[in-house]
Amino acid sequence: MRVPMSWLRAMVDLPEDISTEQVAALITEHTADVERIESIGGEVSGPVVVGVVVSADPEPQKNGKTIMWCRVDVGAGLNAEGHPKNSEGAEQGRGIVCGAHNFTVGDHVVVSLPGAVLPGGFEISARRTYGHMSDGMICASDELGTGTDHTGIVVLPPTFEGRALVPGEDARPILGIPEDVLEIDVTPDIGYCMSIRGIAREVAQALGIRFHDPYAESPVEPTDGPVPVRIDSPACSQFITIPVSGLDPAASTPGYIADRITRAGMRPINLAVDVTNYVMIESGQPLHAYDAAKVQGTLVVRKASQGEGLTTLDDTERVLDPDDLVIADDSGAIGLAGVMGGASTEMTAQSRDIILEGAHFDPMTVARAYRRHKLGSEASRRFERGVDPACAHAAAARAAQLLVELGGATAGEPTVVGTVPAMPQTRISCELPGRILGLEVSREQVIEILQASKVEVTAMGDSLTLVPPTWRPDLVDPYDYVEEVGRKIGFSQIEAKLPPLTAGGGLTRAQHDRRAALHAVADAGFVEVISLPFIGDSDLERLQLAAADPRRRTVRLANPLDDTRCYLRTSLLPGLFQAVSRNLSRSQEDVALFEYGTVFLAGEPARAPRPSVAHRPSDEELAEIAAALPDQPRMLAGVLTGNWLPDRWNGPAVPADWTHAVLLAQAAAQAVGVTLERRSDPLAPWHPGRVAALMADGATIGHAGELHPTVCRDFGLPARSCAVELDLDALLAAAPAGGRIVALSSFPVAKEDVALVVDAATAEDQVRQALVDGGGELLESVDLFDVYTGEQVGPGRKSLAFNLRLRAPDRTLKDAEAAQIRDAAVAEATRRFGAELRS
Amino acid sequence: MSGPNTNDDPGQHIAAQAGAEPATTVSQISALDPEQVQARVDEALAAIAAASTTAELKSVRITHTGDHSALALANRQIGSIPAAQRKAAGKLVGAARGRVRQALQERIGEVAAAELEATLVAETVDVTLPVADHPQGAMHPLTALIDMVSDVFTAMGWEIAEGPECESEWFNFDALNLGTDHPARALQDTLWVDPVSDGKCLRTATSPVQIHTLLAHGAPVRIISPGKVFRADEYDATHLPVFHQVEGLCVDKGISMAHLKGTLDHFAQSIFGDVTTRFRPHYFPFTEPSAEVDVECFVCHGASVGDPAHPCRTCRSEGWIEWGGCGIVNPRVLAACGVDTEVYSGFAFGMGLDRTVMVRNNASDLREFVEGDIRFSRSLLGEAR
Repeated sequence: MRVPMSWLRAMVDLPEDISTEQVAALITEHTADVERIESIGGEVSGPVVVGVVVSADPEPQKNGKTIMWCRVDVGAGLNAEGHPKNSEGAEQGRGIVCGAHNFTVGDHVVVSLPGAVLPGGFEISARRTYGHMSDGMICASDELGTGTDHTGIVVLPPTFEGRALVPGEDARPILGIPEDVLEIDVTPDIGYCMSIRGIAREVAQALGIRFHDPYAESPVEPTDGPVPVRIDSPACSQFITIPVSGLDPAASTPGYIADRITRAGMRPINLAVDVTNYVMIESGQPLHAYDAAKVQGTLVVRKASQGEGLTTLDDTERVLDPDDLVIADDSGAIGLAGVMGGASTEMTAQSRDIILEGAHFDPMTVARAYRRHKLGSEASRRFERGVDPACAHAAAARAAQLLVELGGATAGEPTVVGTVPAMPQTRISCELPGRILGLEVSREQVIEILQASKVEVTAMGDSLTLVPPTWRPDLVDPYDYVEEVGRKIGFSQIEAKLPPLTAGGGLTRAQHDRRAALHAVADAGFVEVISLPFIGDSDLERLQLAAADPRRRTVRLANPLDDTRCYLRTSLLPGLFQAVSRNLSRSQEDVALFEYGTVFLAGEPARAPRPSVAHRPSDEELAEIAAALPDQPRMLAGVLTGNWLPDRWNGPAVPADWTHAVLLAQAAAQAVGVTLERRSDPLAPWHPGRVAALMADGATIGHAGELHPTVCRDFGLPARSCAVELDLDALLAAAPAGGRIVALSSFPVAKEDVALVVDAATAEDQVRQALVDGGGELLESVDLFDVYTGEQVGPGRKSLAFNLRLRAPDRTLKDAEAAQIRDAAVAEATRRFGAELRS
Repeated sequence: MSGPNTNDDPGQHIAAQAGAEPATTVSQISALDPEQVQARVDEALAAIAAASTTAELKSVRITHTGDHSALALANRQIGSIPAAQRKAAGKLVGAARGRVRQALQERIGEVAAAELEATLVAETVDVTLPVADHPQGAMHPLTALIDMVSDVFTAMGWEIAEGPECESEWFNFDALNLGTDHPARALQDTLWVDPVSDGKCLRTATSPVQIHTLLAHGAPVRIISPGKVFRADEYDATHLPVFHQVEGLCVDKGISMAHLKGTLDHFAQSIFGDVTTRFRPHYFPFTEPSAEVDVECFVCHGASVGDPAHPCRTCRSEGWIEWGGCGIVNPRVLAACGVDTEVYSGFAFGMGLDRTVMVRNNASDLREFVEGDIRFSRSLLGEAR
């Protein structure tokens, strides 16, 4: 909402010395945010004066243009007779070249003289152009910053405030500049502030000064006038028409109205339209003007019929929805109620007889209609936020009166159909506002504030029965009145206080573990990134996912931002691949990234029910909602390419390989006390021979390894890029609870090395586990220190060399004892995997 | 196996040589002749003083204190000296040998210390060389901020609540008092799961988590819910279709806007420093009264307002920075969650975390948050701890 300060001052008697900034601060504190103060013409400085055109001679130019060579009288002191630069003739006034043609000799115009500076830092000076010395500029509104019109220069009315204009006088007061315009972000609940009247009321209340509402009047009774009207829908509470006839088509919009509606953000068109807009901005009540000659029969307010058509004022043919509220005459729909009028009854420059409409429509009906037809308008924006239902007649009558005054028309008798609905009554306890605001607010203060807001207050002890004024449809619930009291007192009066302390448990175990896991991954050398969670068919194809792969269970968006990425991600990898590519394109070749985030796996198609919000839904309803949602596990994934470590002074480069992908998973797992087992387990998008299933408690929770060469190629990744992705929720669920500290033996350790030859496919960790199980309690640790394949062990076999550390809690182990434990460990490995001791 | 230090242990080095002394011929002296003894002592002391290495000292020791040295031989004579003179001779030779031994030990200590000193100098390394054995990892600034915010609130006894990102229409809109015709439901604001009639969308705020929590635990409750939220928004320097929010909810007996103000002041101070907040009237369907919350500019503290000579880029010389929305939980929302609104009241608030990072850490382009450039996350290493 744009509020020119001059208009505001015209409606409320503000103190002379209050600044625009002070008014803005009051509105921001008590009503709605003033986002900006625009200063119209504030950048104009220097001599900008009234001039009278003395002569204007058209001079055709070679470039096809015709310029006007003018003499302009800018007053005795400024006319510059004998000005050295003004060499042509001795006529009165200054010689000025002008490109516009919308003026004649005798017109009053705005002249910027040399030394003036116009918006944009445009300095005016005398200059030679089109063969003349042009000694100033005749200004258009866009050049002055007072408007956007560049079709011609500003022609002033010959009089201002009842006196004739004098050549050479400062043109700024006549142009109404400089003027400050408030830009207010009016929230949806305070529709009454979509009017100068509403803002004026708020400012007056904030300042504690009197506000006279020019639109206040006693309710009008239904009455039959010359224009027949019928309401056939409950979405319209009242519909008023006033016939206005004999409008002078030549009558133009007075400058002050054109200026005000321009500064409020609308364009002047013609007198009838400008007057309806002027009254709408001032009162908040949208009005519509029909060309009476084009209206046939009774005006009917009704819902559109199926398939009915309407050509709106923007010359668009529309097919109406049965939910649309229309104004119709005998010819059918002639307007979309509260949204836009129809072309068939449009006002033109020749229209002499008009019908003014003032009506009140249901906010949601209007909102649905304008969204359906994508037809936001000044009217629909107001109706959606709630228009004062009691204002229709007063606004229409004011517009009619203006057309009589300014257009020489005659206003007829109104037709009034429908009534102003009663406002809802609410009861609150007078202590409620203070209790909820956390402020001392006395009963008297509550009553005083609400009465100042024109709420009808009936006090019965501490109980207040409240009825809001017609323009406050937002005041319904008790807490609405709490807010009203709070706003009027000002939230800045609320003193900070911490809520009473309660015992909280801090992070849950899983939240704590997740943080530890992610930090461990970062500490291990990976950089966390966040990517957009949308993927497309091409991602699924390039990942080479099998038809039955669960990552093909995509959730499709109805309105994706990008049609090529219309699914929610089922894997974090495509997003990470994209991040890798971006780094590569910025010459960062060594990249180790990780991301933690949700993936979405569709279940069976199901509708999520929408139970009533009047009370708590049943557990069954809640379960049904939950079941309709996709599975949303939180994954942890990483991608590596280039070198894990670059060439260093103390060592050669270490290329990133599958072990680093495993390292990521291991770092996360170790941070939460989980030991991950690994099995060879070919799965897309990995290299089938270089991918491990990551297992916790026997269940596969993810995979890590080198990416398939084709996947690298298709995603534009360097060869041998590696990746890991695991279900972080599952990892956290596997985290052991509690734990105990083992007794520490101080007896010496006995060391035994064994090399076992097993089948090449045998998992190392399983052989190691066999040694642990076979060795028993005295086997303190088993570590792999060598892997050998080759001639000595034969094809398809490998040798695993382990270092065994043995220690007893209560004695030094004898050599024979140690050998016995070693043999038992080897025997178990032999039993499970046919391991042969390599001699 | 030997470490680098063991070879240079002077004590061990000497001890290891003690048993193997070559036989040397020395001239016999008389244990009774003080002058002869003194001459040997002087000779030995001179040799000790002249020795400058451990090896030289070893040879000096053998020559002057070994079994075949003059003093040792003199000592051996003592037994055969007549008893009357034996005591004096013993004293003379014993004192002489003692002086030599002491001088030798002192010198051994000196030389060993000097040799160690020289070794240490020789072993000097350039301690400024890089020592990385793994790449520089980093948390994303948003994760770091979420952790920080979580710590601020858990320290006050609050808990962290989480919920699904793909949410039902009931949780995302209905339960939050956004009527069926509320504009936020429109396709241009909400990302809907196909088909729209199934009533599923990507959550547009983390508010549905509040509903989940209230339904699961009822009142009283104090939670924050940080996380991803989604809008059908442009992708440009100031808008992302996916961004991060933290919302808070406190429901208890006697909760008021004063508690909201106190909580947000503390929150703001915890992450911006010595600042305060202000409330401006606003509208949200799920709160009543509602306010937008601004945080005092933590850079200029308002000093730049009306001072064009010293503009503040952080607050655009407005003195305040828009931070989020807040208010008293609309009783309709509590009722939909089965909370007794006669007994309980609550407050709620929500802030954009991306925007908070932007303001707090001078990020200029929101797209950098989701592009994955490693330099972005690495730029705030200190924050991630």
